[in-house]
Amino acid sequence: MHIMEGFLPVEHAVGWTLVSAPFVVWSVRAVRSRLDEYPEQRMLLGVAAAFALVLSALKLPSVTGSCSHPTGIGLGALLFGPAAMVLVGLVVLVFQALLLAHGGLTTLGANVFSMAIVGSFVAAAVFRASRAFRFSLAVSVFLAACLGDLATYVTTSVQLAWAFPDPAGGFVASLAKFAGIFALTQIPLAITEGLLTVLVVNALIRFNADEMKSLPLFLARGARA
Amino acid sequence: MSRRQNWLVLVAAVLITALPLWLVSAPADGPDGRPGEVFGGADAKAQQAIGEIAPDYKPWFAPILEPASGEIASLLFALQAAIGAGLIGYWLGASVTRDKLRKQAERDKAGAASDPAPEGRAPPPC
Repeated sequence: MHIMEGFLPVEHAVGWTLVSAPFVVWSVRAVRSRLDEYPEQRMLLGVAAAFALVLSALKLPSVTGSCSHPTGIGLGALLFGPAAMVLVGLVVLVFQALLLAHGGLTTLGANVFSMAIVGSFVAAAVFRASRAFRFSLAVSVFLAACLGDLATYVTTSVQLAWAFPDPAGGFVASLAKFAGIFALTQIPLAITEGLLTVLVVNALIRFNADEMKSLPLFLARGARA
Repeated sequence: MSRRQNWLVLVAAVLITALPLWLVSAPADGPDGRPGEVFGGADAKAQQAIGEIAPDYKPWFAPILEPASGEIASLLFALQAAIGAGLIGYWLGASVTRDKLRKQAERDKAGAASDPAPEGRAPPPC
């Protein structure tokens, strides 16, 4: 989902940066106040960040015949809420943009928006909705991580289609093209991310039940279900 | 979820990742006689699509630092994954050990409660 360096027209690059910046400021404040209040959660936040780091480094093959990578944002969004994961996503994206020439500084705003903002808000919202429908915890975690991942790639497709409308078919034709590349490829990868997130959450519940009690989204409705 | 269910989830994740390698065959050779490429990056494909939609578009900014070769890029990706996996491994190891010690302590406490005067534990005379 990384839009390559320089591959968004200037006004789009600036626009997405301006849209994402307030979320980043909000996220920095949220993380700081959360760690002030619950210093023992530092380790879990580290785990959530590490999960995003591992998953976004793994380029996995998909049935469409191309490779892409999961984002790993869903886990943290479930544990700490979207506020914390905007910052974590930013850190991962900056690492890749600066060292790996993967993504870029001019497209950082757009990539933060799709991965860290849309991805984590969708994951958190799907999780709440699934719990409200009384789905089991595992199913809710799976759906949240899976759809959050997919939403990121749909967002990337929209961003590119908006910047590069098809000369004949306009925005819609262009969206179909980019969604065919990104969103379709991502479906099996999103399922994989959902499954892996369920495994980590199971480990968390088993070994870190005490810490989990003070997490915002989670355990609001009781974890053992 | 039970331990068995967890294993099934892990197996499913591995299968979803590995099966495309067999299911997808490489496309026919290109017109220039070069073998068709399979499992290229989606990011690169999107870059191609941009080239088709807007042939005149020129990227206006280049990456500041580009990995010197594919090998260096894979080094950095491996490093990224290793940092993440290392942290998760540390946490998992620490958590499992803590859990074990906690259970051990509870067992010891229960044992001590049922046996109020354990032998050999009397305070030494002053």
